Amino acid sequence: MNPVLLKIIVLVGILLVVLGLASGLIWLERRLLALWQDRYGPNRVGPFGLLQVMADMIKIFFKEDWIPPFADKWVFVFAPSIVMITVLLTFAIIPFTSVIQITDMNVGILFFLGMSSLGVYSVVLGGWASNNKYSLLGGMRAASQMLSYEVFMGLSLMGTVMLAGSFSLRAIVEAQQHMWFVIPQFLGFVLFFIAGVAETRRLPFDLPEAESELVAGFHSEYSGMKFGMFFVGEYLGVILISALISVLFFGGWLGPVLPPVVWIILKTLFFICFFILLRAALPRPRFDQLMSWGWKWMLPLTLANLAVTGAVVVAMRR
Amino acid sequence: MWSVLRSLWLVLMHMFKPRFTVQYPDEKPYLAPRYRGRIILSRDPDGEERCVACHLCAIACPVDCISLQATEDEHGRRYPEWFRINFSRCIFCGLCEEACPTYAIQLTPDIEMGEYNRQNLVYEKENLLISGTGKYPGYNFWRVAGVKIKDKDKGEAEREAPPADLHTLMP
Ligand code: SF4
Ligand code: SF4
Repeated sequence: MNPVLLKIIVLVGILLVVLGLASGLIWLERRLLALWQDRYGPNRVGPFGLLQVMADMIKIFFKEDWIPPFADKWVFVFAPSIVMITVLLTFAIIPFTSVIQITDMNVGILFFLGMSSLGVYSVVLGGWASNNKYSLLGGMRAASQMLSYEVFMGLSLMGTVMLAGSFSLRAIVEAQQHMWFVIPQFLGFVLFFIAGVAETRRLPFDLPEAESELVAGFHSEYSGMKFGMFFVGEYLGVILISALISVLFFGGWLGPVLPPVVWIILKTLFFICFFILLRAALPRPRFDQLMSWGWKWMLPLTLANLAVTGAVVVAMRR
Repeated sequence: MWSVLRSLWLVLMHMFKPRFTVQYPDEKPYLAPRYRGRIILSRDPDGEERCVACHLCAIACPVDCISLQATEDEHGRRYPEWFRINFSRCIFCGLCEEACPTYAIQLTPDIEMGEYNRQNLVYEKENLLISGTGKYPGYNFWRVAGVKIKDKDKGEAEREAPPADLHTLMP
């Protein structure tokens, strides 16, 4: 087949699947949370309540799209789209299988790190443009959380990069033919997971929106589809981090018997469910605890992991 | 760290626990007979209206949602000409039932009173009055009260002594 046509099909396919999954996650999350809290969750609309997503979409599309008169209008409108753009762009480098990948960048991981740092502008600008104390606090929290967690997020990945000898995600998956990187890089996996949760601003690290103290943090003033974009952006982030974890530490599409695409979906879904479990089980820490945890524990641990991995890799090369 | 893992595990294990939700419209919850729901006006065992239009319920009501007009029949028996409860204001506190001297006004275990039109929540006497005695089957106010009505003179009520003859009542 014409390679350009194939690329376009893959691109549109990934876009549709990922967006569909993100809206499906709204349903999945509510049902799973309910399951773990001994409730039913949405089970009225359609089979198993699956059409709840449609009902929610219709509702959110028809809501009044309100821009507060005191807000900075252009930034206010632009902010929610940043998170969508950056997260969706990052999906371009994820190798779902050896065929289904939009582009195999040789600096894939760096691209991901760069995009995820850009993504935080969405929250910061959203909080700032809302011109509201709580939103601003939420935005500032997002910025400082990003600063402290981005550092060891990048560093925690360097272990895998050293083992695979490449920044390209496809090369990293192919280097896991014999052993998943979660075994030699277990610490790296745990650290990346924690940083990933902080990066997507999911519970227990959802301090930027902390509804019990900041109303809804950076999106207090948002309504209608602009709020929906923050919402879907968050779910897209969850899918992205889950997919990255399966690619970087759990052998991506590699696996016996089942076709590769099933493997990557299974692994990703597993981590998505784990994200939801975290939300169901853990309380939110205080903000200073979060920061000191990041700098005093996570960063030194990551550095130690990096040093040990580096030493072992060098020793093996000899 | 340990407590974090432990709570994750405990929450995960809730997957296998029964759910507490009662799936309401399909599965009706049990409401006790004394549940405070929709209000009715009952009749005495003879099939007459119990309410004597004393206004005590209307006075007791904290949200002033009962209104009625008292009148009398040709034998001097009081009854409400009209009786109106505005259920859109009623808080189902049951104070009217407690205030009523004749057990006429009673709360029932019916909670399904949803309406699209607010005006439909204003119940008139014909909507409130039932044909039975409600929760207090044997009670008949007029048979124990010392008031003269159609077929009962003074002194003929249950456990009532005949009226004293004032001319023979000497110190
Ligand atoms: S239940 Fe309470 S609020 Fe309702 S009519 Fe009786 S006294 Fe009034
Ligand atoms: S319902 Fe009871 S309290 Fe109310 S007016 Fe009638 S007799 Fe009196």
